[in-house]
Amino acid sequence: MSTEAQVVEKEVEKKPSEPLFSKKNRKLLTDPLDDSNPITVQVLGICSALAITVQLQQAVIMSLSVLFVMIGGNVIVSILRNSIPDRIRIIVQLVVIAALVIIVNEVLKAFLPDISEKLSVFVGLIITNCIIMGRLEAFALGNKVGPSFLDAIGNAMGYAWILLAVAIVREVFGSGAISLPGMGQVKFFDTEWAGFFANGGFYEHNNLMILPPMALIVVGIIIWIQRSRNTKLIEEN
Amino acid sequence: MAINKNSNGYTFFFAIAMVVVVGTTLAVTAFGLKPLQQKNQATKKMMDILGAVKVDADRSNAAALFTEYVTRRVAVNYNGEVISEKPGDAEVDPTDKNDPFNIDVKKDYKANVKKFVQQFGDNEEKLASALEEAGVVFPVFEVVKDGEKFFVCPMVGTGLWGPIWGYVSLEEDYKTIYGARFDHKAETPGLGAEIKEDFFQVKFEGKQLQLADGSDLFNVLKGGAQTNEHSVDGITGGTITSKGVDEMLNRTLPVYLNYFENANNQRAQR
Repeated sequence: MSTEAQVVEKEVEKKPSEPLFSKKNRKLLTDPLDDSNPITVQVLGICSALAITVQLQQAVIMSLSVLFVMIGGNVIVSILRNSIPDRIRIIVQLVVIAALVIIVNEVLKAFLPDISEKLSVFVGLIITNCIIMGRLEAFALGNKVGPSFLDAIGNAMGYAWILLAVAIVREVFGSGAISLPGMGQVKFFDTEWAGFFANGGFYEHNNLMILPPMALIVVGIIIWIQRSRNTKLIEEN
Repeated sequence: MAINKNSNGYTFFFAIAMVVVVGTTLAVTAFGLKPLQQKNQATKKMMDILGAVKVDADRSNAAALFTEYVTRRVAVNYNGEVISEKPGDAEVDPTDKNDPFNIDVKKDYKANVKKFVQQFGDNEEKLASALEEAGVVFPVFEVVKDGEKFFVCPMVGTGLWGPIWGYVSLEEDYKTIYGARFDHKAETPGLGAEIKEDFFQVKFEGKQLQLADGSDLFNVLKGGAQTNEHSVDGITGGTITSKGVDEMLNRTLPVYLNYFENANNQRAQR
Protein backbone atom coordinates (compact mmCIF):
# COMPACT_ATOMS: atom_id res chain seq x y z
CA MET A 1 0.00 0.00 0.00
CA SER A 2 2.80 2.33 0.90
CA THR A 3 4.56 1.74 -2.42
CA GLU A 4 1.43 2.76 -4.27
CA ALA A 5 1.23 5.98 -2.33
CA GLN A 6 4.87 6.67 -3.14
CA VAL A 7 4.29 6.23 -6.85
CA VAL A 8 1.44 8.70 -6.79
CA GLU A 9 3.60 11.08 -4.80
CA LYS A 10 6.42 10.87 -7.38
CA GLU A 11 4.09 11.60 -10.27
CA VAL A 12 2.92 14.69 -8.53
CA GLU A 13 6.47 15.80 -7.97
CA LYS A 14 7.37 15.39 -11.63
CA LYS A 15 4.92 18.09 -12.71
CA PRO A 16 6.46 21.53 -13.16
CA SER A 17 6.12 23.26 -9.79
CA GLU A 18 3.05 25.39 -9.51
CA PRO A 19 3.47 29.08 -8.62
CA LEU A 20 2.17 29.80 -5.12
CA PHE A 21 -0.39 32.29 -6.33
CA SER A 22 -1.71 30.35 -9.30
CA LYS A 23 -5.39 30.67 -10.11
CA LYS A 24 -6.16 27.44 -8.30
CA ASN A 25 -4.29 28.53 -5.21
CA ARG A 26 -5.90 31.95 -5.19
CA LYS A 27 -9.23 30.19 -5.00
CA LEU A 28 -8.06 28.55 -1.77
CA LEU A 29 -7.86 32.02 -0.30
CA THR A 30 -11.08 33.46 -1.69
CA ASP A 31 -13.46 30.50 -1.62
CA PRO A 32 -13.76 30.26 2.16
CA LEU A 33 -14.68 33.94 2.32
CA ASP A 34 -17.89 33.36 0.41
CA ASP A 35 -18.69 30.17 -1.54
CA SER A 36 -17.52 27.73 1.13
CA ASN A 37 -17.49 29.94 4.19
CA PRO A 38 -16.85 27.77 7.23
CA ILE A 39 -19.54 29.42 9.35
CA THR A 40 -22.32 30.46 7.02
CA VAL A 41 -22.10 27.68 4.42
CA GLN A 42 -20.48 24.72 6.17
CA VAL A 43 -21.98 25.76 9.53
CA LEU A 44 -18.86 24.82 11.49
CA GLY A 45 -17.43 26.60 14.50
CA ILE A 46 -20.79 28.18 15.29
CA CYS A 47 -20.36 27.87 19.06
CA SER A 48 -17.55 30.38 19.35
CA ALA A 49 -19.31 32.70 16.92
CA LEU A 50 -22.18 32.85 19.41
CA ALA A 51 -20.13 33.03 22.57
CA ILE A 52 -17.48 35.68 22.07
CA THR A 53 -19.13 38.21 19.78
CA VAL A 54 -20.51 40.44 22.54
CA GLN A 55 -17.52 42.76 22.21
CA LEU A 56 -15.44 43.51 19.15
CA GLN A 57 -12.10 43.35 20.97
CA GLN A 58 -12.75 39.78 22.07
CA ALA A 59 -13.74 38.83 18.54
CA VAL A 60 -10.54 40.38 17.16
CA ILE A 61 -8.31 38.49 19.59
CA MET A 62 -10.27 35.28 19.01
CA SER A 63 -9.92 35.67 15.24
CA LEU A 64 -6.17 36.25 15.53
CA SER A 65 -5.84 33.22 17.80
CA VAL A 66 -7.74 31.04 15.35
CA LEU A 67 -5.64 32.42 12.48
CA PHE A 68 -2.46 31.48 14.31
CA VAL A 69 -3.65 27.99 15.28
CA MET A 70 -5.06 27.39 11.81
CA ILE A 71 -1.86 28.36 9.99
CA GLY A 72 0.35 26.53 12.48
CA GLY A 73 -1.78 23.40 12.38
CA ASN A 74 -2.15 23.28 8.62
CA VAL A 75 1.56 23.89 7.96
CA ILE A 76 2.80 21.41 10.58
CA VAL A 77 0.42 18.65 9.52
CA SER A 78 1.21 19.33 5.87
CA ILE A 79 4.95 19.00 6.54
CA LEU A 80 4.38 15.75 8.45
CA ARG A 81 1.75 14.41 6.07
CA ASN A 82 3.97 11.68 4.64
CA SER A 83 5.22 10.48 7.99
CA ILE A 84 2.03 10.48 10.09
CA PRO A 85 0.85 6.89 10.62
CA ASP A 86 -2.70 6.56 9.28
CA ARG A 87 -4.03 4.84 12.36
CA ILE A 88 -3.20 7.65 14.76
CA ARG A 89 -3.60 10.60 12.41
CA ILE A 90 -6.61 12.09 14.23
CA ILE A 91 -4.76 12.01 17.54
CA VAL A 92 -1.70 13.56 15.94
CA GLN A 93 -3.85 16.38 14.54
CA LEU A 94 -5.49 16.87 17.91
CA VAL A 95 -2.15 17.06 19.70
CA VAL A 96 -0.81 19.59 17.19
CA ILE A 97 -3.90 21.77 17.60
CA ALA A 98 -4.00 21.42 21.39
CA ALA A 99 -0.33 22.34 21.71
CA LEU A 100 -0.80 25.46 19.58
CA VAL A 101 -3.91 26.49 21.51
CA ILE A 102 -2.13 26.11 24.85
CA ILE A 103 0.70 28.29 23.55
CA VAL A 104 -1.83 30.94 22.46
CA ASN A 105 -3.54 30.77 25.83
CA GLU A 106 -0.29 31.15 27.76
CA VAL A 107 0.81 34.08 25.60
CA LEU A 108 -2.54 35.83 26.09
CA LYS A 109 -2.34 35.32 29.85
CA ALA A 110 1.12 36.86 29.89
CA PHE A 111 0.57 39.81 27.58
CA LEU A 112 -3.18 40.53 27.42
CA PRO A 113 -4.44 39.44 30.85
CA ASP A 114 -7.71 41.41 30.75
CA ILE A 115 -8.80 40.06 27.40
CA SER A 116 -7.62 36.58 28.33
CA GLU A 117 -9.89 36.77 31.38
CA LYS A 118 -12.87 37.71 29.24
CA LEU A 119 -12.23 35.01 26.65
CA SER A 120 -11.71 32.55 29.51
CA VAL A 121 -12.59 29.05 28.36
CA PHE A 122 -13.21 29.94 24.75
CA VAL A 123 -9.53 30.08 23.85
CA GLY A 124 -9.23 26.54 25.14
CA LEU A 125 -12.27 25.58 23.13
CA ILE A 126 -10.45 26.47 19.88
CA ILE A 127 -9.15 22.91 20.24
CA THR A 128 -12.61 21.60 19.52
CA ASN A 129 -13.34 24.13 16.78
CA CYS A 130 -14.51 21.93 13.92
CA ILE A 131 -13.10 24.27 11.28
CA ILE A 132 -9.51 23.61 12.29
CA MET A 133 -9.78 19.85 12.65
CA GLY A 134 -11.79 19.75 9.43
CA ARG A 135 -9.18 21.62 7.40
CA LEU A 136 -6.33 19.50 8.76
CA GLU A 137 -8.11 16.27 7.91
CA ALA A 138 -9.58 17.40 4.60
CA PHE A 139 -6.80 19.56 3.21
CA ALA A 140 -3.45 19.62 4.96
CA LEU A 141 -3.10 15.82 5.08
CA GLY A 142 -3.22 15.64 1.28
CA ASN A 143 -1.58 18.83 0.09
CA LYS A 144 1.79 20.54 0.01
CA VAL A 145 2.83 23.18 2.49
CA GLY A 146 2.21 26.22 0.24
CA PRO A 147 -1.41 25.49 -0.62
CA SER A 148 -2.08 24.36 2.97
CA PHE A 149 -0.78 27.69 4.22
CA LEU A 150 -3.10 29.58 1.87
CA ASP A 151 -6.03 27.33 2.74
CA ALA A 152 -5.44 28.07 6.42
CA ILE A 153 -5.41 31.83 5.87
CA GLY A 154 -8.53 31.60 3.69
CA ASN A 155 -10.53 29.61 6.19
CA ALA A 156 -9.40 31.61 9.20
CA MET A 157 -10.36 34.80 7.36
CA GLY A 158 -13.71 33.32 6.40
CA TYR A 159 -14.27 32.61 10.08
CA ALA A 160 -12.92 35.98 11.17
CA TRP A 161 -15.03 38.25 9.00
CA ILE A 162 -18.26 36.66 10.15
CA LEU A 163 -17.11 36.91 13.76
CA LEU A 164 -16.16 40.56 13.39
CA ALA A 165 -19.35 41.47 11.54
CA VAL A 166 -21.53 39.83 14.19
CA ALA A 167 -19.48 41.42 16.99
CA ILE A 168 -19.77 44.94 15.52
CA VAL A 169 -23.54 44.64 15.15
CA ARG A 170 -23.97 43.21 18.64
CA GLU A 171 -21.70 45.64 20.43
CA VAL A 172 -22.99 48.77 18.71
CA PHE A 173 -26.66 47.94 19.14
CA GLY A 174 -26.32 46.00 22.39
CA SER A 175 -23.91 48.12 24.45
CA GLY A 176 -23.90 51.39 22.49
CA ALA A 177 -20.13 51.11 22.32
CA ILE A 178 -17.26 49.81 20.28
CA SER A 179 -14.03 48.30 21.51
CA LEU A 180 -10.69 47.36 20.04
CA PRO A 181 -7.73 45.68 21.72
CA GLY A 182 -5.44 48.32 23.16
CA MET A 183 -8.00 51.10 23.36
CA GLY A 184 -10.63 49.45 25.52
CA GLN A 185 -14.33 50.02 25.16
CA VAL A 186 -15.48 53.42 23.91
CA LYS A 187 -19.06 54.19 24.83
CA PHE A 188 -20.93 56.42 22.43
CA PHE A 189 -22.38 58.31 25.41
CA ASP A 190 -18.96 59.84 25.93
CA THR A 191 -18.48 61.06 22.37
CA GLU A 192 -20.12 63.56 20.05
CA TRP A 193 -22.46 60.74 19.08
CA ALA A 194 -24.05 60.99 22.51
CA GLY A 195 -27.12 62.76 21.15
CA PHE A 196 -28.11 59.66 19.27
CA PHE A 197 -27.67 57.20 22.07
CA ALA A 198 -27.99 58.89 25.46
CA ASN A 199 -31.24 59.12 27.40
CA GLY A 200 -33.97 60.42 25.16
CA GLY A 201 -31.84 59.84 22.07
CA PHE A 202 -33.32 57.95 19.18
CA TYR A 203 -31.80 54.63 20.10
CA GLU A 204 -31.91 52.92 23.46
CA HIS A 205 -29.43 50.05 23.38
CA ASN A 206 -31.03 46.69 23.36
CA ASN A 207 -30.05 44.07 25.93
CA LEU A 208 -31.35 41.29 23.73
CA MET A 209 -28.37 41.96 21.44
CA ILE A 210 -25.98 40.91 24.21
CA LEU A 211 -27.72 37.60 24.80
CA PRO A 212 -26.55 34.53 22.83
CA PRO A 213 -29.76 34.03 20.77
CA MET A 214 -29.15 37.34 19.02
CA ALA A 215 -25.81 36.09 17.68
CA LEU A 216 -27.66 33.25 16.01
CA ILE A 217 -30.15 35.68 14.51
CA VAL A 218 -27.37 37.97 13.23
CA VAL A 219 -25.56 34.98 11.69
CA GLY A 220 -28.90 34.00 10.15
CA ILE A 221 -29.32 37.43 8.61
CA ILE A 222 -25.79 37.27 7.18
CA ILE A 223 -26.59 33.87 5.66
CA TRP A 224 -29.81 35.30 4.21
CA ILE A 225 -28.00 38.24 2.57
CA GLN A 226 -25.21 35.97 1.34
CA ARG A 227 -27.60 33.49 -0.25
CA SER A 228 -29.69 36.13 -1.94
CA ARG A 229 -26.52 37.52 -3.56
CA ASN A 230 -24.67 34.30 -4.34
CA THR A 231 -26.84 32.07 -6.54
CA LYS A 232 -24.32 29.21 -6.38
CA LEU A 233 -25.38 28.55 -2.82
CA ILE A 234 -29.05 28.06 -3.60
CA GLU A 235 -30.12 24.42 -3.71
CA GLU A 236 -32.13 23.28 -6.72
CA ASN A 237 -35.52 21.86 -5.94
CA MET B 1 14.82 0.95 2.55
CA ALA B 2 11.31 2.24 2.82
CA ILE B 3 9.91 2.40 6.32
CA ASN B 4 6.54 0.77 6.72
CA LYS B 5 4.44 3.69 7.85
CA ASN B 6 1.72 1.47 9.24
CA SER B 7 3.78 -0.95 11.32
CA ASN B 8 3.20 -0.97 15.04
CA GLY B 9 6.81 -0.10 15.74
CA TYR B 10 6.69 3.00 13.57
CA THR B 11 3.37 4.09 15.08
CA PHE B 12 4.77 3.79 18.60
CA PHE B 13 7.96 5.56 17.61
CA PHE B 14 6.00 8.41 16.05
CA ALA B 15 3.70 8.77 19.04
CA ILE B 16 6.56 8.84 21.52
CA ALA B 17 8.59 11.31 19.48
CA MET B 18 5.56 13.56 19.12
CA VAL B 19 4.84 13.54 22.85
CA VAL B 20 8.45 14.39 23.67
CA VAL B 21 8.60 17.27 21.17
CA VAL B 22 5.22 18.74 22.12
CA GLY B 23 5.83 18.27 25.84
CA THR B 24 9.17 20.04 25.68
CA THR B 25 7.77 22.93 23.65
CA LEU B 26 4.88 23.48 26.04
CA ALA B 27 7.06 23.19 29.12
CA VAL B 28 9.48 25.77 27.75
CA THR B 29 6.62 28.14 26.84
CA ALA B 30 4.88 27.80 30.19
CA PHE B 31 8.11 28.18 32.13
CA GLY B 32 9.25 31.18 30.10
CA LEU B 33 5.98 33.07 30.46
CA LYS B 34 5.34 32.23 34.11
CA PRO B 35 7.00 35.32 35.64
CA LEU B 36 4.92 37.61 33.42
CA GLN B 37 1.71 35.77 34.27
CA GLN B 38 2.43 35.88 38.00
CA LYS B 39 3.11 39.59 37.75
CA ASN B 40 -0.24 40.07 36.00
CA GLN B 41 -2.05 38.15 38.72
CA ALA B 42 -0.35 40.18 41.45
CA THR B 43 -1.27 43.41 39.66
CA LYS B 44 -4.87 42.29 39.40
CA LYS B 45 -4.91 41.54 43.12
CA MET B 46 -3.56 45.01 43.90
CA MET B 47 -6.24 46.54 41.68
CA ASP B 48 -8.92 44.58 43.55
CA ILE B 49 -7.60 45.60 46.97
CA LEU B 50 -7.41 49.25 45.90
CA GLY B 51 -10.86 48.94 44.35
CA ALA B 52 -12.30 47.89 47.71
CA VAL B 53 -11.25 51.26 49.17
CA LYS B 54 -12.55 53.03 46.06
CA VAL B 55 -9.17 53.86 44.56
CA ASP B 56 -9.31 53.36 40.82
CA ALA B 57 -6.13 51.78 39.54
CA ASP B 58 -5.23 50.32 36.18
CA ARG B 59 -2.49 47.89 35.30
CA SER B 60 0.11 50.58 34.74
CA ASN B 61 -0.16 52.35 38.11
CA ALA B 62 -1.48 49.61 40.41
CA ALA B 63 1.88 48.78 41.99
CA ALA B 64 2.73 52.42 42.71
CA LEU B 65 -0.71 53.19 44.16
CA PHE B 66 -0.57 50.00 46.21
CA THR B 67 2.62 51.06 48.01
CA GLU B 68 1.19 54.57 48.38
CA TYR B 69 -2.06 53.54 50.07
CA VAL B 70 -1.41 50.22 51.80
CA THR B 71 0.43 50.84 55.05
CA ARG B 72 0.56 47.37 56.55
CA ARG B 73 0.02 43.82 55.35
CA VAL B 74 -0.94 41.36 58.06
CA ALA B 75 -1.64 37.63 58.12
CA VAL B 76 -3.82 36.36 60.96
CA ASN B 77 -4.96 32.91 62.03
CA TYR B 78 -8.54 31.89 62.76
CA ASN B 79 -8.47 33.41 66.25
CA GLY B 80 -7.27 36.70 64.95
CA GLU B 81 -3.70 36.36 66.18
CA VAL B 82 -1.06 37.95 63.98
CA ILE B 83 1.15 35.37 62.28
CA SER B 84 3.26 37.55 60.07
CA GLU B 85 3.25 41.10 58.85
CA LYS B 86 4.98 43.43 56.44
CA PRO B 87 5.10 47.20 56.34
CA GLY B 88 3.35 48.77 53.38
CA ASP B 89 6.53 50.07 51.76
CA ALA B 90 8.14 46.62 51.64
CA GLU B 91 8.54 45.37 48.11
CA VAL B 92 6.07 42.67 47.06
CA ASP B 93 8.26 39.65 46.41
CA PRO B 94 6.39 36.71 44.87
CA THR B 95 8.90 34.23 46.29
CA ASP B 96 8.50 35.41 49.91
CA LYS B 97 6.12 32.96 51.55
CA ASN B 98 5.83 35.12 54.68
CA ASP B 99 4.46 38.11 52.83
CA PRO B 100 0.71 38.26 53.56
CA PHE B 101 0.20 39.55 50.02
CA ASN B 102 1.30 36.16 48.68
CA ILE B 103 -1.26 34.15 50.64
CA ASP B 104 -3.44 32.51 48.04
CA VAL B 105 -6.86 32.56 49.71
CA LYS B 106 -8.47 30.89 46.70
CA LYS B 107 -6.09 27.96 46.90
CA ASP B 108 -6.60 27.67 50.67
CA TYR B 109 -10.33 27.70 50.18
CA LYS B 110 -10.23 24.97 47.58
CA ALA B 111 -7.83 22.80 49.57
CA ASN B 112 -9.20 23.19 53.10
CA VAL B 113 -11.98 25.60 53.84
CA LYS B 114 -14.52 24.34 51.30
CA LYS B 115 -14.29 20.83 52.71
CA PHE B 116 -14.92 22.02 56.26
CA VAL B 117 -17.81 24.21 55.19
CA GLN B 118 -19.50 21.26 53.50
CA GLN B 119 -18.78 19.02 56.46
CA PHE B 120 -19.88 21.29 59.30
CA GLY B 121 -22.26 23.64 57.55
CA ASP B 122 -23.86 25.92 60.12
CA ASN B 123 -22.04 24.50 63.11
CA GLU B 124 -19.75 27.46 63.69
CA GLU B 125 -17.81 26.01 66.61
CA LYS B 126 -16.76 22.88 64.77
CA LEU B 127 -15.95 24.93 61.67
CA ALA B 128 -13.79 27.24 63.77
CA SER B 129 -11.82 24.44 65.40
CA ALA B 130 -11.30 22.69 62.06
CA LEU B 131 -10.01 25.87 60.44
CA GLU B 132 -7.78 26.51 63.41
CA GLU B 133 -6.38 23.00 63.30
CA ALA B 134 -5.68 23.18 59.58
CA GLY B 135 -3.80 26.43 60.17
CA VAL B 136 -5.67 28.45 57.58
CA VAL B 137 -4.24 31.95 57.38
CA PHE B 138 -6.20 35.07 56.53
CA PRO B 139 -4.50 38.14 55.06
CA VAL B 140 -5.71 41.66 55.84
CA PHE B 141 -4.49 44.91 54.35
CA GLU B 142 -4.46 48.20 56.24
CA VAL B 143 -4.99 51.17 54.00
CA VAL B 144 -4.70 54.87 54.79
CA LYS B 145 -6.63 57.05 52.39
CA ASP B 146 -7.09 60.79 52.95
CA GLY B 147 -5.93 60.36 56.56
CA GLU B 148 -8.50 57.70 57.37
CA LYS B 149 -7.71 54.09 58.07
CA PHE B 150 -9.45 51.18 56.36
CA PHE B 151 -9.09 47.41 56.55
CA VAL B 152 -9.39 45.38 53.37
CA CYS B 153 -10.48 41.80 53.98
CA PRO B 154 -10.20 39.24 51.17
CA MET B 155 -12.70 36.38 51.09
CA VAL B 156 -13.59 33.38 48.94
CA GLY B 157 -16.80 31.40 48.61
CA THR B 158 -18.81 29.26 46.23
CA GLY B 159 -21.30 30.49 43.67
CA LEU B 160 -23.51 28.44 41.42
CA TRP B 161 -20.92 27.24 38.88
CA GLY B 162 -17.60 27.91 40.55
CA PRO B 163 -15.68 30.03 43.02
CA ILE B 164 -16.60 33.61 43.83
CA TRP B 165 -14.37 35.98 45.73
CA GLY B 166 -14.31 39.48 47.03
CA TYR B 167 -12.55 42.23 48.93
CA VAL B 168 -14.53 44.10 51.57
CA SER B 169 -13.11 47.18 53.27
CA LEU B 170 -14.17 48.16 56.78
CA GLU B 171 -13.82 51.56 58.42
CA GLU B 172 -11.94 52.10 61.63
CA ASP B 173 -15.04 51.51 63.76
CA TYR B 174 -14.69 47.88 62.59
CA LYS B 175 -18.32 47.63 61.55
CA THR B 176 -19.08 50.07 58.76
CA ILE B 177 -18.48 48.74 55.27
CA TYR B 178 -16.61 51.32 53.21
CA GLY B 179 -16.47 49.50 49.89
CA ALA B 180 -16.72 46.07 48.36
CA ARG B 181 -15.45 44.37 45.24
CA PHE B 182 -16.69 40.98 44.13
CA ASP B 183 -15.69 38.76 41.26
CA HIS B 184 -16.42 35.28 40.05
CA LYS B 185 -15.06 32.61 37.78
CA ALA B 186 -18.04 31.24 35.92
CA GLU B 187 -21.36 32.65 37.14
CA THR B 188 -24.20 33.03 34.64
CA PRO B 189 -23.82 36.25 32.61
CA GLY B 190 -26.69 38.62 33.32
CA LEU B 191 -27.65 36.78 36.53
CA GLY B 192 -25.06 35.64 39.08
CA ALA B 193 -22.28 37.38 37.15
CA GLU B 194 -23.83 40.72 38.10
CA ILE B 195 -22.10 40.55 41.50
CA LYS B 196 -19.07 42.15 39.86
CA GLU B 197 -21.11 45.06 38.52
CA ASP B 198 -21.06 48.44 40.22
CA PHE B 199 -24.79 48.59 40.95
CA PHE B 200 -24.46 45.59 43.27
CA GLN B 201 -21.19 46.62 44.89
CA VAL B 202 -22.28 50.17 45.80
CA LYS B 203 -25.21 48.74 47.77
CA PHE B 204 -22.73 47.57 50.42
CA GLU B 205 -21.22 50.99 51.00
CA GLY B 206 -22.12 52.52 54.34
CA LYS B 207 -23.89 49.41 55.60
CA GLN B 208 -23.15 48.17 59.13
CA LEU B 209 -22.24 44.75 60.42
CA GLN B 210 -24.71 43.43 62.97
CA LEU B 211 -22.60 42.69 66.03
CA ALA B 212 -25.38 41.53 68.38
CA ASP B 213 -25.07 37.93 69.58
CA GLY B 214 -26.92 35.24 67.70
CA SER B 215 -27.59 37.19 64.54
CA ASP B 216 -25.92 37.07 61.15
CA LEU B 217 -23.25 39.70 60.66
CA PHE B 218 -24.69 40.70 57.35
CA ASN B 219 -27.42 39.50 55.03
CA VAL B 220 -27.68 39.34 51.28
CA LEU B 221 -31.41 38.92 50.85
CA LYS B 222 -33.38 37.32 48.09
CA GLY B 223 -33.90 39.73 45.21
CA GLY B 224 -36.50 42.44 45.84
CA ALA B 225 -36.73 41.99 49.63
CA GLN B 226 -36.96 44.84 52.14
CA THR B 227 -33.47 45.76 53.32
CA ASN B 228 -32.16 47.53 56.41
CA GLU B 229 -28.75 48.83 57.46
CA HIS B 230 -27.47 45.27 57.97
CA SER B 231 -28.53 43.82 54.65
CA VAL B 232 -28.49 44.37 50.92
CA ASP B 233 -30.78 43.28 48.13
CA GLY B 234 -29.46 40.20 46.35
CA ILE B 235 -29.57 39.64 42.61
CA THR B 236 -32.86 38.60 41.09
CA GLY B 237 -32.32 35.33 39.25
CA GLY B 238 -28.93 34.93 40.91
CA THR B 239 -30.17 33.54 44.21
CA ILE B 240 -27.49 30.90 44.67
CA THR B 241 -24.69 33.34 43.85
CA SER B 242 -26.21 35.87 46.26
CA LYS B 243 -26.38 33.20 48.95
CA GLY B 244 -22.73 32.42 48.23
CA VAL B 245 -21.81 36.06 48.85
CA ASP B 246 -23.85 35.97 52.08
CA GLU B 247 -22.14 32.78 53.25
CA MET B 248 -18.65 34.03 52.44
CA LEU B 249 -19.21 37.31 54.31
CA ASN B 250 -20.59 35.62 57.40
CA ARG B 251 -17.88 32.98 57.47
CA THR B 252 -14.86 35.19 56.82
CA LEU B 253 -15.62 38.48 58.56
CA PRO B 254 -15.72 37.00 62.12
CA VAL B 255 -12.06 36.06 61.74
CA TYR B 256 -11.18 39.66 61.01
CA LEU B 257 -13.40 40.88 63.83
CA ASN B 258 -11.37 38.63 66.16
CA TYR B 259 -8.23 40.27 64.86
CA PHE B 260 -9.62 43.77 65.39
CA GLU B 261 -10.66 42.85 68.93
CA ASN B 262 -7.17 41.52 69.69
CA ALA B 263 -5.57 44.61 68.26
CA ASN B 264 -7.85 46.82 70.34
CA ASN B 265 -7.10 44.93 73.54
CA GLN B 266 -3.38 45.26 72.94
CA ARG B 267 -3.75 48.97 72.38
CA ALA B 268 -5.77 49.26 75.59
CA GLN B 269 -3.10 47.42 77.59
CA ARG B 270 -0.39 49.76 76.40
